[in-house]
Amino acid sequence: MAAGSTRLTRRAVVVLIAIAAIVARGVDPRAAEAPKRIVSLVPALTEMLYAIGAGPQVVGVSSFDDFPPQVKSLPRVGALVDPDMERILSLRPDLVIVYGSQTTVETQLARAGIRAYNYRHAGLAGIFSTIRDLGRTVGRERESERLAQQIQQRLDSVQARVATQPKIRTLLVFERDLGSLRGLYASGGVGFMHDILLIAGGTNVFADVPREAVQPSVETILARAPSAILEVRPTGLPRERIPDERRVWDSLPSIPAVRDGRIRIVTDDYLVTPGPRVAQAAEAIARLIHPEAFK
Amino acid sequence: MNMVESTVSVGAPAIRPIRARLTLTVLGFGALTIVTCLLAPLVGSTSISLARVFDRSIPFSDNVDAQIFFIARMPRVLAGAVTGAALAAAGVVFQAMLRNPLATPFTLGVSAGASLGAMSAIVLGAAVSFGPIAVVPLASLLGAAIAAAIVYRLATLRDRAMSTTVLLLAGVTLNSFFSALILFLQYIANFAQVYRAMRWVMGDLDVGSFQPILAALPLIVIAFVLFALLPSSLNLLSVGTDAATARGVDVARAQRLSFVSASLATAAAVSLAGPIGFVGIVVPHLVRLLVGVDHRVVLPASALFGAAFLVACDVGARTLLAPLEIPVGVITALLGGPFFLWLLVRRG
Repeated sequence: MAAGSTRLTRRAVVVLIAIAAIVARGVDPRAAEAPKRIVSLVPALTEMLYAIGAGPQVVGVSSFDDFPPQVKSLPRVGALVDPDMERILSLRPDLVIVYGSQTTVETQLARAGIRAYNYRHAGLAGIFSTIRDLGRTVGRERESERLAQQIQQRLDSVQARVATQPKIRTLLVFERDLGSLRGLYASGGVGFMHDILLIAGGTNVFADVPREAVQPSVETILARAPSAILEVRPTGLPRERIPDERRVWDSLPSIPAVRDGRIRIVTDDYLVTPGPRVAQAAEAIARLIHPEAFK
Repeated sequence: MNMVESTVSVGAPAIRPIRARLTLTVLGFGALTIVTCLLAPLVGSTSISLARVFDRSIPFSDNVDAQIFFIARMPRVLAGAVTGAALAAAGVVFQAMLRNPLATPFTLGVSAGASLGAMSAIVLGAAVSFGPIAVVPLASLLGAAIAAAIVYRLATLRDRAMSTTVLLLAGVTLNSFFSALILFLQYIANFAQVYRAMRWVMGDLDVGSFQPILAALPLIVIAFVLFALLPSSLNLLSVGTDAATARGVDVARAQRLSFVSASLATAAAVSLAGPIGFVGIVVPHLVRLLVGVDHRVVLPASALFGAAFLVACDVGARTLLAPLEIPVGVITALLGGPFFLWLLVRRG
């Protein structure tokens, strides 16, 4: 009697464990099937999805997406400040990629039973961890690992190329008013643009400011005396205005970059996108500040 | 010292003749302004050597200290003085003309119009090419002019004399209407543009050369010439239009002159440095507490004190968190707000 009940208990335990294992497998996100319909609100991550071969699963993108070219024909569902929940839901996604700050969207998605992938921006290292993490999430681990390694190799080769060059003290400008030096935003010592600048053989004149963006005064710019000025301004600057915009710096003649004419203004979008083209961006920036190393 | 002075002037305005009081006040506030403007360029986020600044043996293009002094600091101090004087004087005029102590240079929608102009330039500016001309100040000036013209037209539509009620209501409505348009522009703008627009609204005196000041100066000079015609009629206007009419003031003319001159000064100041708040309300009230209510004294004293006040605030803006900057509008509000409240309580 006692022995029989023990056996029964043991059997019950085995069955329970088996059930638990099945249930657990069912809710384990890693074991869940790879998402088939992905909506991405983050352009950099859309690019990553395509780069690891998950492009065919993408069914909707943000209003700012324009790379790779395939995304241009996809439905647009808003962006950081204006996500269109109705349209997102109507695409019947099983994974939505959102910004870390879009908590309302996340709550709504949770209520609709849709998984959300929460993206937070965190420097160059963050690009690699996001690629790997995204690969695991969409069932493309091997591809994401390969992509991460390719990017790393390319970054290493850029770094090697400029290794023997002297480090150029660079002012990295993101924004300013047209035709003046007012409203100027430059890179501080945090963020992937700062990281790329270091790989490209530069040093950041505002490396000591622990922020992504600095708004330096004319006095501070004069005092920091950058040897090169690199303006990466993808928005609102028509190419034909670049020569005029470069001349604006002539009002600060003591800056070595101005004296030596080392002012470069570029408008390509990918340079400021923390996505798979980051190594390309690093190379482009290296070519701008060390043209002699690429001859 | 100040207490004594204010008691004397408020309590017994007739004892000392106006000319002597005016001279004394202008000398006092003028000295304060000059000292502030002379000391302000000596400090900043960087330490520079004055000997090197004026060392003629080093060519200017190689002399960083001289460039920091003459390109970064001097224009900044001058911009602060001009903006502070214009906003404070405009505040005095608007308060008298609207007979409302809470009126500011921004009450009648001028700054909202300027902000809309600046925002449009920041968001859509790249579409219009002006060569190497700064579009933001130009657009904000245009926006301010449009706003002032609308309010002016509305307030003079029915009557030759302006109705202060219509002025105030039109101003408030225009403020919210323009704010809605600004919000819409922000909504369609990208992050960097929104950031820059927000920064513009906080006010900024880092003009980078004398050229923007020279561009705004003619308007401010015209405004101050008109201000010089105003004080006696402002004294009567601030009592009431009936009283003013009874004393032979051409009320309609005085109102128009006040509106045009104060709007002009405000528009020029905002296009130069953004809508820096509190200067136009704190300075006039402080000055009234010190020198009494006679506009013949209050107006020049406010202009001088406004210049000193804003220059001093900007010294704080560029040194307190150096190498980071605090927007000067934040400083004026942080200083001006509590100080103003304290004065109100103390007075009561």
